[in-house]
Amino acid sequence: MTELSHIRNFSIVAHIDHGKSTLADRLIQVCGGGSERELKEQMLDTMDIERERGITIKAQTVRLNYKAKDGETYQLNLMDTPGHVDFTYEVSRSLSACEGSLLVVDASQGVEAQTLANVYLALDADHEIIPVLNKIDLPAAEPERIRSQIEDVIGLDASEAIQVSAKTGVGIEDVLESLVQRLPAPSGEKDAPLKALLVDSWYDAYLGVIVLVRIKDGVLKRGMKVKFMATDAVHHIDSVGVFSPKRQNVDALYPGEIGFITASIKHVAETQVGDTIVEEKSTITEPLAGFQPSVPVVFCGLFPVDAADFEDLRDSLAKLRLNDSSFHYEAETSAALGFGFRCGFLGLLHLEIVQERLQREFDLDLITTAPSVIYRVHLKNGDVEEIHNPADWPDPTQIDRIEEPWIKATILVPDDFLGPVLALCQERRGEQIELTYAGSRAMAVYRLPLNEVVFDFYDRLKSVTRGYASFDYQLEDYREGELVKVTILVNSEPVDALSMIVHRTQSEYRGRGICTRLKDLVPRQLFKIPIQAAIGGKVIARETISAMRKDVTAKCYGGDVSRKRKLLEKQKEGKKRMRQFGSVEIPQSAFIEALRIGGE
Amino acid sequence: MNYWATETGGRTITSIFFGGGTPSLMDPATTAAVIENAADHWSFADNIEITFEANPTSIEAAKFKDIRNAGVNRVSIGVQALDDSALSFLGREHDRDQALEALKLAHEIFPRFSFDLIYARPDQTAEAWTTELQEALNFASDHLSLYQLTIEKGTPFFAYQRDGILVTPDDDRAAALFEITQEICEDNGLPAYEISNHARSGNECRHNITYWEGGDYIGVGPGAHGRLTINEAVYATEQIPGPENWLSNVEESGHGTRRRDTVDSESRIEELFLMGLRLTDGISRDVFFDRSGLEIEDAVEPRRLRQLLEGEFLILDNDGIRATASGRLRLNAVLAALLG
Repeated sequence: MTELSHIRNFSIVAHIDHGKSTLADRLIQVCGGGSERELKEQMLDTMDIERERGITIKAQTVRLNYKAKDGETYQLNLMDTPGHVDFTYEVSRSLSACEGSLLVVDASQGVEAQTLANVYLALDADHEIIPVLNKIDLPAAEPERIRSQIEDVIGLDASEAIQVSAKTGVGIEDVLESLVQRLPAPSGEKDAPLKALLVDSWYDAYLGVIVLVRIKDGVLKRGMKVKFMATDAVHHIDSVGVFSPKRQNVDALYPGEIGFITASIKHVAETQVGDTIVEEKSTITEPLAGFQPSVPVVFCGLFPVDAADFEDLRDSLAKLRLNDSSFHYEAETSAALGFGFRCGFLGLLHLEIVQERLQREFDLDLITTAPSVIYRVHLKNGDVEEIHNPADWPDPTQIDRIEEPWIKATILVPDDFLGPVLALCQERRGEQIELTYAGSRAMAVYRLPLNEVVFDFYDRLKSVTRGYASFDYQLEDYREGELVKVTILVNSEPVDALSMIVHRTQSEYRGRGICTRLKDLVPRQLFKIPIQAAIGGKVIARETISAMRKDVTAKCYGGDVSRKRKLLEKQKEGKKRMRQFGSVEIPQSAFIEALRIGGE
Repeated sequence: MNYWATETGGRTITSIFFGGGTPSLMDPATTAAVIENAADHWSFADNIEITFEANPTSIEAAKFKDIRNAGVNRVSIGVQALDDSALSFLGREHDRDQALEALKLAHEIFPRFSFDLIYARPDQTAEAWTTELQEALNFASDHLSLYQLTIEKGTPFFAYQRDGILVTPDDDRAAALFEITQEICEDNGLPAYEISNHARSGNECRHNITYWEGGDYIGVGPGAHGRLTINEAVYATEQIPGPENWLSNVEESGHGTRRRDTVDSESRIEELFLMGLRLTDGISRDVFFDRSGLEIEDAVEPRRLRQLLEGEFLILDNDGIRATASGRLRLNAVLAALLG
């Protein structure tokens, strides 16, 4: 076993693209954990999507053995954390397994919104924080300016910030040395009864569920019988091991160490993250401080473009959920889109990732309805309903008042783009809390209704700042708001999949947007088709699809009869994909396209 | 023909049509032989209509006299345009002068003749078409076929249109051109009796009316289609398409039939509407009942029919069912709404 004084547990906090994964790879390489050949770029991000997007979704861990300048060998456990706000929950549980963090900031870019969010989480977890200025090899690097920015914006002493280039390897030794010297060693009692924190778990096709643990007290060995306190379930430990970064079995895990266990557990749902693991017969009754369970805050409908894919979608969602218990789904039926699922996500990025995985890994063509948040609807009879599906919206006459979730958003942006960013926040009902300048960058802190953010806010922010802004948020509270359900009517009949809940001030603009889109997408028919947006019985926007002017075959003689009839049969077949709205039939594809454009 | 005669002998033939491909390449002696052979197998109606399709090239026009002598009493000429640049765009071998010459000759030789024009061509304005049509009416006797340009998949035009090289009139303009056409022809005594066919009353092409009314016809020759009612059952027949294969099959087995499918009653009803509603007079109740065994009202979904009647796309009365002018202009959609 390694003495507690020779263990350091740390994580890396960074904004996307600031080089967290490259730095992690370097650390692994210097400590001999991965040969050159194995060291594909960014070893820690195992999913394709993670690698492509440069973000980590599931926490990863790796044990490094580092021979320090004092001649001693230290065990360094690196917990990689997700870099995005949607995964705050994962971030905080990873952080709670460590005593310190490396704060990695791109020396040419400076502090970004996600850096801030995560560094505050690390401070909350009582971490010792070591600032690291990365990419100092870049000509645009301004380490001195960024150093003072860290001090100004975050309020952290950056005088001993380490300058590195994860790309060229400069400063890597300094980082490892500072981990040993500046981070506290973990505490724990080897001889005390076993107490381990369940940090994370995921499903492996060969081993079943792999459980990531941090040992607080005692020793965890193969063959032991352990109890998961929250569920009271008893499991027999099949194997104990660490990642180096390859999976490697060990005899035991000791206090302060991070590693994994397998115990023939079939479902991730049986392992509750934040749970405390003790011996079967343990007398311990006080569990370790756990975590707040993650709850979905963004919802949308997911429908297969081809109705025949519904069963595949169901299976794929079940498979995804094996490894991602934070997303929820239940079957939903739409008159316009057919069978699908109502799904809940931790945030917009989470939604995007799940959607992308379904499309990429499971080869499904999907359409999503407008994202929604959870509204608290206070009814006149005193009941309070939490509603995220416009289909469940009560009759307006029964509603007393409605509350909606608000967030605190932090946006960092170069000065030049500040104007449009402030305008965007105002337009989305934002309230400014703070506006500060650090160098040529401004930091705007706003309160914003979450429902304004789930609707194309990222895209707008990206376009008005040409991609130079960074954005992060956290949920704050619920506030009363004048929210209405906008219904889209085609030929006077509602299209359920296009309904949305919006603030009254936005209702006309949003309603008109969909009407205009549909007007271009719905093919002309024999009859005029009105397309309306309405709140309750009141129409707030209207477009009309004019009737078709001409559709007739010029030549049709004896030799054409069979062909014409076959054409008619084909049309009939196509009608299976049509949705009836009164006297007119609208192709489902029109709604799919309307949602597709809306989502872009 | 000998083969088909075994199944249909004794019936009366009301029309013969030499068309499809380029029948005028055929030796007039062959035409005469075909007509003679038909007369041996079936009895001819007194007013039998024997039409011959021809292109207005001078070579083909030179055969008019011999074709007439073979027994043909009506000629249908593929003029297509009275404008040289349009003709070259349409890939025709003849020019305007040859077309006018052929029309003059046809007028002299045949008791009845018709010719066709193609309009709604790219860049064709309403004014240009009006002028062309007015001129054509001066040469017309009692029948005209006026087709809007249709770009078929698989032709170079289709690719040009897709790539934006070729811009054909959109639906609004095409509809306007169609309406102008109806008006001008009506004013000149040649109202439309079918979507694209105009005639002075009594001079409609009887042969094509057989198609549109769902009557029986035998298809002879490579690729020809037929409809035959034998003992209450309706058959759709199709000849082998390639001329060589067709010929060798006929020589070996006495017929060139590739397929012979039963047309079930649902399909039969569909065909009656698909074809019959193209006619201005529509389908008479008698003909419909005779060919389907049903009253019109019992052959379609009442809700669909009512909607189209209310929308003034169809008219149903004691005579039968027919499309209104606005219904004919949108006939494909009307048929889809009625039968889909």
